[in-house]
This record gives sequence, C-alpha cells and structure tokens, in this order.
Amino acid sequence: MGTLTDLDLSALWVSVRLATVTVIVLLIVGTPLAWWLAHTRSRLRPIVEAAVALPIVLPPTVLGFYILITLGPYGPLGRLADLSLAFTFTGLVIASVFYSMPFVIQPLQGAFEAVGKAPLEAAWSLRASKLDAFLTVISPIALRGYVSAIVLGFAHTIGEFGVVLMVGGSIPGQTRVLSTTIFEHVETMEYGQAHAIAAVLLTFSFLVLLTVYVVNRRFPIHVS
Amino acid sequence: MNHLLARFDVRFSNFHLDIDMDVPMSGITAIFGPSGSGKTTLLRCLAGLEHAPNGFMQFGEEVWQDERLGRCLPLYARPIGYVFQEPRLFPHYDVRANLLYGYKRIPVAARRVAPEQVIEILGIGQLLDRRIHKLSGGEQQRVAIGRALLTSPKLLLLDEPLASLDLQRKQELLPFIRQLHEQLRIPVLYVSHGLTEILQLADRVILLKDGHVVGAGTLSEVFTALDFRGILGPHRIGAIMNARVTHHDPQYGLTQLDCMGQPLFVPLQPVAIGQPMRVHILSSDVTLVVGRIDSPTSVLNILEATIVEIREVNHTSVDVLLDIGAPLVASITKKSLVTLGLKHGQRIFTHIKAVALNEELIE
Repeated sequence: MGTLTDLDLSALWVSVRLATVTVIVLLIVGTPLAWWLAHTRSRLRPIVEAAVALPIVLPPTVLGFYILITLGPYGPLGRLADLSLAFTFTGLVIASVFYSMPFVIQPLQGAFEAVGKAPLEAAWSLRASKLDAFLTVISPIALRGYVSAIVLGFAHTIGEFGVVLMVGGSIPGQTRVLSTTIFEHVETMEYGQAHAIAAVLLTFSFLVLLTVYVVNRRFPIHVS
Repeated sequence: MNHLLARFDVRFSNFHLDIDMDVPMSGITAIFGPSGSGKTTLLRCLAGLEHAPNGFMQFGEEVWQDERLGRCLPLYARPIGYVFQEPRLFPHYDVRANLLYGYKRIPVAARRVAPEQVIEILGIGQLLDRRIHKLSGGEQQRVAIGRALLTSPKLLLLDEPLASLDLQRKQELLPFIRQLHEQLRIPVLYVSHGLTEILQLADRVILLKDGHVVGAGTLSEVFTALDFRGILGPHRIGAIMNARVTHHDPQYGLTQLDCMGQPLFVPLQPVAIGQPMRVHILSSDVTLVVGRIDSPTSVLNILEATIVEIREVNHTSVDVLLDIGAPLVASITKKSLVTLGLKHGQRIFTHIKAVALNEELIE
C-alpha cells in the first residue's frame, strides 16, 4: 500500500473542482429542463428524455469522441471562437456536464413529478409569483430530489474515465483526475499508489450512496 | 353590490364549458350541479388557473381577463382567496408559517384581515406550532381556509372544501364558514354537489349542468322554480325557508318556529329562542286541502296559501307553486288536481307532514 503523492493530491483537487463546477452548471441548466420534462405535454418530451438519458448507455469513448471533435480547433466551436477547448479544464467541464446530465436531471424530474402542480397553484393563490413559488415551495418540497441529484451528479463526475481521457488527456494539475491517475499508476506498475486512490474512491462512493439512502429514509416529505 | 361577469368558452377533450354569467356577488353563492357538470373547471377559469382562450371576466370594476386586449392576470395578481378540495398545505412549514405565507406577501396597507381574527374564528390557536402532518383533515382544511383569508381577498373561492372530510368534520366546519363570512364580509363562491352544505350555507345558487349555467338566483328562488325539477332531482324541489325559533315544548318534544308569520312545529331543536333556523320542505311532504277541515287532524302544520302556478310533471302528477309569504311547492296527483278543482289565485290550506331540518338534510 502506498500513500498519496503530491501529484495524486493535485489530481484529487482537479477531480473535486471538476465535479463541483459540473454539478453547479447542471443544477442551473437542469432545474428548468427537469421542470419542463416533468410537466410538459409536448410531443418532443420523449425525444428530449432519450437524449438526456443517452450517456447512461453510450460508451463514454463515443461521447468523448464527439465532444473532442466539437471542441477541437477544427470543430464548429473551435472555428467560431478561434480557440480549442480540448485538453483544457473548461473542455472537461463541458464534457462532464453532458456525461453526468441524466444523473442530475432524472432525480429532479422525478421529484418535480412527485410534487405536482398542486402546491404551486396553492402558492400562486397566496400571491407568490412564479419564481417566488418555486423557491419557497417547490424546491423545499423537492429537496430530496436535489440531494439525490447533487450527490449522484458529483459522484458520477468523480468516477468518469473514458470521456476524460478522450477530451482532457491527463495533464497534471489541469486535466489529470483521480480515475485517470489510477490508470497511469497501473500502467507504470505502481500498484501501491493505485491501491491508495482506489480505496479513496471506493470509500467515497459507498459513503455517497449511503448518504442518499439515509436522507431518503430520514426526511420523508409528507405531501398532503 | 359587486357583480361577477364571466364569459368562457373552452373545449376540453370530452367536455365543453360554455359560460355566460352576470351574478351579484354578496353573501355566499353556491355553484351547484352534478359531478362532471364543470363546477371545478368554472372555478379554475375564474381564478385564471385554466386559461379560456376567448374568455372575459370582470369583478366589480376590475377586469381580470379580457382576451380582446390580450389581458389575463395570473392567479397571483388577482385578489382571490382559493381553497382547494384538498388542503394543499405546505409540508415544510408549520401551521403558523402556512397561515402567514400569503399575509406576508401583500402590502401592509392592503391587509384588512388580521391573523388574530382568523385564528379566533377558525379556532386554530392551539395548532400554530404544529407540523402539518400532525393535523387531522378538518384541522388542515381550517388552516387552508385561514391561509386564504389572510391574503385579504376581495373574493373567496371554495372548491368543495369539505369533500375530503367525514360527516362529523363537515358539521364541525360548516359553522366556521358561515361565521367567517358574517364577520369578514368577503363574498364567497362555494362549489359543492352536496345539498346539505348548500342549504345550510348559501344565500344564492348558480345551477350548472353539462358546462352551462342553467339557473341562478336566491336559494328560495332556485329550489321553488318548477323549471329546475329536472336538474335538482325529484326529491329536492320544495321550499327553503328562513324561520325563527319562538317556543320549545319539551313535554311533546316539539319546537315551534315562526315561518312568514305562521307557526310551524318541528321536532325539538337544540336552538335558543329567537335564533334563526333554515328549514327545507319537500314538495312530496305537502298536502293541499280546500277550506279548513273542521274535524280534528293529526297534522300539526297547517298553513294558508295562494296558488301561483300549476305545472304538469308527468302523466300522473303535477307541481303546484304556492305562496305562503314565501314560495312553496306541492307535488300532487293529476286526479287530485281535477277532483279539487284547483286553479290559479285560489286560497287553500297546506298540510305539511314533515319538515327537514339542518341536521336531517344529510344525503
């Protein structure tokens, strides 16, 4: 068993930073999208739902490949802005947002569906504007959905590998994250180091899921 | 008196709401009709929760919806209090926070209803610090009513607020609704398909059938209008009368009421002398007698009346609309009509076999 080196710690820091930024972006983008999916009667709904769920079944390398093409210097985004986001932290965030999207959208959508429109209408009848009603009534009642979304989105981003390798490479301090670091330790036969990081990730993932289940059991929302 | 003007023409997949109404808004107005007649949909259109594409709605001087001008205020911009069938309390707040949710959102100058007042009328003082899921159904609905009142609404919409409650809770809550109206003077639109509630509460009735308003008027007008026999059902038409308790006779278990200046005996009532009571006389319980019978009769209630209108119901029976100082309907056979030679304007006597009272008006 080895201990974590400075390089490993910097990878840990990149992983945490990446997951945090990704989850924040997804909460901002995902809340209105999940709300729409929960309440729309549009025929587009199954198409959007399928698109959101795609990263669950798609090989991460496929997603990574397309994002790499799009973000690279000759991709549409690269040409437009005359810059390449491939192999940068920003590029990694963009890739992670797509990759972890279902893990944030689906719990939120489920929570919004469970809350329904009834409390919203009640809040409107008490003079709360749409935003006011959402912030003071809907989001607190959907709190469990938010906890699940944040925890799962964060954990899933920490655990991503294929997409990171395709889009980010493994540049220390910038795009080298924990999961790719393990891979490199194994490649160079540093099994002790790999064990240390693997243990960290295993413990982390278990604690995360434990938190979700405990929260779901201990704070059931009584919707009348 | 404020009038409520509304024109809605909305088609749903299996239902067409076609409303054109102009009704005075004072006291408690019941929207009454069978299930599926569009009562809740009408209320939701009035609140702006359901959007009527070419709708128009005006309350007093305020136009809340006028699609020709592209105007349709959202619910939160209308001075409406809305109580839903289910309490819809916010589970993450306690009772106090639920009550004050709307109150805090209206300008101080617009607050005409004080929390202390509402808490007292609804008797929820000891519940203020409770969590919502610790309340009974009746308590929850009381908090929901209080919460709506504390927005100082100009119009209170109640959508079958007692529907989810058992009979006992219903009886508990009815006096509160009556009382809050008497104390706060907010006009109430009350949706119900329960006759009991309406007879106890309403001053006026709007009759709804298949998405149309088929009649509107005071309670007495609607329940004695021969036109509505088909809508109200054969066992509901008759008369609603406001009487006053004048005397108790515990020896025989009777209470004497004063009904339009004539005495009316009913089974002993736990109501103080001088108090008002509303009575319901079914048309099938009214018998007509030409001239006063000299020989004794077991019937206690004999009232003088004038025949106003006679209308055929079917091959066997007719409805006779009478005036006893208030309208009263008697259902008799066609044979009796001919035998007695009854005609318009004739003075006769009515025997009333039974008087249904508040407590007994239970379906």
